[in-house]
Formats: sequence, structure tokens, C-alpha cells
Amino acid sequence: MALLHVENLGIHFGPPEDPVRAVDGISFEMAAGETMALVGESGSGKSVTALALTRLLASPPARYVSGRIEFEGRDVLRLPERELRALRGSGIAYVFQEPSSSLNPVFTIGYQIREAIDLHRPEIRDVTGEIVRALDTVGIREPEKRLNDYPHQLSGGMQQRVMIAMALACRPRLLVADEPTTALDVTIQKQIMDLLKALKQQSNMAILLITHNFGLVADFADRVLVMFQGRIVESGPTAEVLRNPQHLYTRALIECVPKLGQKQRRLKVIDYAGIN
Amino acid sequence: MTTYLIRRILLLVPTLLGITLLTFLLVREAPGNIALMKGAGGENGSRAMTAEQREAMIKLYGLDKDPFTAYAEWIGRLTRLDLGDSWVDHRSVVAKIGERIGLTASLAGSALLISYLVAIPLGVIAAIKRGQVTDRAISFTVFVLYSIPSFAAALLLILLVAGGDYLNLLPMYGTNSINASEMGRFEWLWDRIQHMILPVICLTYGSLSYISRYARVSMLEALAQDFIRTARAKGLPERLVILHHALRNALIPIITIFALELPVLISGAVIIEEIFSLPGMGQLMFASLEARDNPTIMGITVFVSILTLLGYLLADILYVVVDPRIRYE
Ligand SMILES: Nc1ncnc2c1ncn2[C@@H]1O[C@H](COP(=O)(O)OP(=O)(O)OP(=O)(O)O)[C@@H](O)[C@H]1O
Ligand SMILES: [Mg+2]
Repeated sequence: MALLHVENLGIHFGPPEDPVRAVDGISFEMAAGETMALVGESGSGKSVTALALTRLLASPPARYVSGRIEFEGRDVLRLPERELRALRGSGIAYVFQEPSSSLNPVFTIGYQIREAIDLHRPEIRDVTGEIVRALDTVGIREPEKRLNDYPHQLSGGMQQRVMIAMALACRPRLLVADEPTTALDVTIQKQIMDLLKALKQQSNMAILLITHNFGLVADFADRVLVMFQGRIVESGPTAEVLRNPQHLYTRALIECVPKLGQKQRRLKVIDYAGIN
Repeated sequence: MTTYLIRRILLLVPTLLGITLLTFLLVREAPGNIALMKGAGGENGSRAMTAEQREAMIKLYGLDKDPFTAYAEWIGRLTRLDLGDSWVDHRSVVAKIGERIGLTASLAGSALLISYLVAIPLGVIAAIKRGQVTDRAISFTVFVLYSIPSFAAALLLILLVAGGDYLNLLPMYGTNSINASEMGRFEWLWDRIQHMILPVICLTYGSLSYISRYARVSMLEALAQDFIRTARAKGLPERLVILHHALRNALIPIITIFALELPVLISGAVIIEEIFSLPGMGQLMFASLEARDNPTIMGITVFVSILTLLGYLLADILYVVVDPRIRYE
């Protein structure tokens, strides 16, 4: 049985007569422990898909117009509020794009991780010890001291590590990382990706990495989904898609990645005329 | 923080000097003075003063002096905490204010407390129910309240519930009933509370509507933040997302506007105390302005200014307490 099964998912915004089809009938599966990348340009519906997995998109304005989302056999779109909350964080956890605004500025990072642990792992006695371990896992030095820091006292990279620690603290079966490095410096980007890679190897947690950068995908994801205007236009094992992209749009996205050592004056502009 | 505080407290001095100098010159140079008021006669059957008597009185009160010299003298006495004596009844201004400050403070304090206690839940509910009937009803009510002047509300309330024409539920004026001295402690307290209900309502609803609007906006702002999505993604119940994560952030600007409310409440008290015949600072201010009792006017000005300035200082300190991002150097 698949860990996650999405079938014909459709999510619209705006007036029903003339909807914005943010997600337009997509289907995909993820197995336990699998890493998958969801690639696509800005506005293609990646974040909407990601948030829909735990119904985090408020409805209204979003309308779940069609399809099913099944996580570990549970029908997410019809799950009662209570069970949905249990699923959030412990079944599927998130890391978002902007670490600086994703953490609550008025609570210490230790407190914000504690909240997650208290909620989903009440059996743990030494919560502080668990928080320290969580911070240690994501490579934060002297975690006992950092515990009482407020988010603004940390750098962007450190804040994102805290977000990851908070997501991992509840031992989710699926981690959704929605452009986790887009807001960070290039060097920090690499550190965070290395961290995610290390975590992938250590645990049996599935990871859905959302990005518009094919460059991050190559040595990270087992499989890749390419999204374009709310639809999945291509999917398959990463190596295969990279070697032999079937869809014009995929090809354009791959060419957008600046190759190392190769001087490129200008980023390639996607030519929409040939697509579709 | 400590150096910041010391600097802020030192800054109070020039601010206070500015306020008092302006007020001093204003009340002194405005047309008319105490001698003219007293000398007009007619009050309590007294006869009008002669020109010589009036001159003597102007000399006695120092009204013939150069205003800046007079101000310097007044400041000199202030540094010895001497606010002088009232020109009306020759009692010490400090004593006069002292016996009235309690009433005004309890009026303004209750108004501020009730404003916040009602306004924050109202604002939060309006924000959660944004655009729905509840939000619109709250917004409309609060807007109407905000536009009613307090003297009109006072007169309306007296007419409706305290006049006897319609309902006679509450006393119309004063701080206690005539037979208050014969009452037991709790009976007295209950009597006092009944007398305070209408004045407090009149003093409260304006601030209340303003703060609730403010609370709605800052709550909406907080709810739109990314960290709210994070809180939900963690699986926190909606109640905690709103009342803990969002409200805790929304409170930061709400708490600090209380400093702005202080002067509003005190000037509101001038009118309300006059209408309800309450012997507080407001009424004293009103009476001393009428009588051109300069020392009392100046005394009250000093009191209210210090209170307001301390309010601002307290608001700044509260900022540091509630917002970990803010540190004063
Ligand atoms: N709250 C909303 N109201 C209206 N439309 C929305 C809303 N959220 C998303 N959309 C629409 O859904 C579409 C997909 O948006 P989505 O955020 O999923 O894009 P994305 O692929 O994540 O892009 P990016 O790379 O910029 O994050 C967009 O066209 C956007 O206009
Ligand atoms: Mg996105």
C-alpha cells in the first residue's frame, strides 16, 4: 500500500463560473521512505498541492472540487477535524520557504518545538532533552543554549534548521519541504540540502521536495514530478527524466539550471509558444 | 535598558517644562483674571470691588509681574514640590488635588480596564468572523458608539434610566446617596458602585470602540502571518492558534496604545464629572478655569502631564516586555 495516494485532485480559487484551476486533476503516489521532487515554475500549483495534503488551505477561498487524498489509508479530505489535527505534524510535517516569518517571533524556538512534542508525543518524559536532541540532529551547536533564543536571534539558515527540527520532532512519515532553500544564500542553501540528504539516509521518512530548481533535484530525489499550470506534465525516475525529458516544458526547466563551469550570460527564458 | 530608562526619565524634565510654560502663559495672558472675576460682585451678595481694591488684588497675586519672571518663580516653588495655594479658597493646591485625585483615578482606571476587557474579545471575534454577519454587526455598533459625543450619551442615559421619566434604575448624580453616612460598609460600597455605573459607561464606550477596532486590525494582521500556518501545520487546535499564537502577537500594539488613551480619558472626565456632579479632578479643573484660579489650573496641569508622560514611558517599557525583538540601547 502506498504511503500517499493522490487521485484526480482538483483545487480551484475564485468564482465557480470562471475558476483559477490552481490544481487541475493531478494524480500521484508516494511509497514510504521515498524521496520525490515536485518541480515547476512559480504559480504552477506546487504549494497548493503541498498544503492540500493536510487540508491546510483554508476553504474558502480554496475549493476542493475533485479527487481524493489518501494518507496511510485515511481519506484526508473527509477526515474529521480532530483526526486531521493528529495527522498534521505527526503524519505529514512541513518546512516552508520563509524561515524568518514561519517561526512565531514572540516564542522561543525551544517552546515552539516543545508545543509539537507535547501535542503528538505526550509519552515523552524528558521533553527538554528531546528538544535538545532535535536541535542537535539538525546541526545546531550548543543546543542547550539556543533553546531559549527567539527566532530573530538566529540567522536565516539557523532558523530553517529549527523549522526542520520542529518538523522532525514529531517523527512524521512524510516531510513536505516547500522550497526550503529559496530564501537563503547559496552557501546556506547547500548546507540545508546536505542536511536534508543526511536525514533522508538516517530515517525511513518520505520526503516531498518542492522546488523550481532542477539543479537541486538530480542527486536528491528518487522520482520527480513536473507540474505546469496545475497539471502534472511529466513524471518518472529522476535520472531518466533528466536524461531524456519528454515534455518541452521539462526540457526548458532543465535548461534553466545554470551549469557549473559554464559561463552563461543570460538565463534561458522559457518559450511558452511551443508548450502544450 | 537601564541607561535608556534614565535617559527617558531625564527627557521628561524638558518636556514638562515646555508643557507648563505654554499653559502658564496661556492661562495668564488670556483675557480676564481672578481679580475681575471676584471684583464683579453679586456672588453671595458681596459688593463690587473698588478700583483700588482690584489693583491691590492684582499685586497680591503677582499678576502685574512680567509673565516669564512669574513662571520662573512658580518653577522655583515647584522644585520644592510647592504648588502654592488656590486663589479661590486659599487652600493648598496639593491638598485640593489630593482629595479629588482618587475619584478621577478610579473613574479613568475602571474605564480603561473595562475598555480593554470588552474591546479585545470584540476585536478578536470580529477578526475571526471577518466579513460575516457577526463582524459587520460589531463593526457597525462600535462605529455608531464611537461617533456619539459623551455628553450626549450622558444626557440620554440620564433621561432613559436615571431621570424617572422612563426608568428609574440608577442615581442621576453625585458619588453617594444623601444617607450614605448611615450605611454599613457593603451597603455604602454598593451605593457608590450604583452611582459610578453611568459615569463609567460614558467614559468607557469611546475608548472601547476605538480599542476594539484597533484589536480587530492587529488580530487580522497576525492571523495573516506565515507562523499561523506553521502553528496549524503542527496540528495545534484552532483555539490555540488564535488565542495563543495570533493573539499574543496582536496584543503588542494593542497594549501600548493605552498610553494614548490616558489623556483622552482625563479630558473625558472633565465633562463627565461636571455632568454627573462628581467631585473629581475634572470638575476641579472646570471650576478653576471658570474662576481663573491659576495656581490650581497649573497644579492640575502638572499632575496630568506627569501622568501622561509616565503613561508613555510605561508603554515603551511594556513594549520590551511583550515583544522579544525590541531592545532599547
Ligand atoms: N489564496 C489564494 N487565492 C487565490 N488564488 C490562489 C491562492 N493561493 C494560490 N492561488 C493561485 O494558485 C496558483 C498556484 O499557486 P501556488 O502557490 O501553488 O504556486 P507555486 O507553484 O507554489 O509557485 P511558487 O514557486 O511561486 O511558490 C497560482 O496561480 C495562484 O494565483
Ligand atoms: Mg509555492
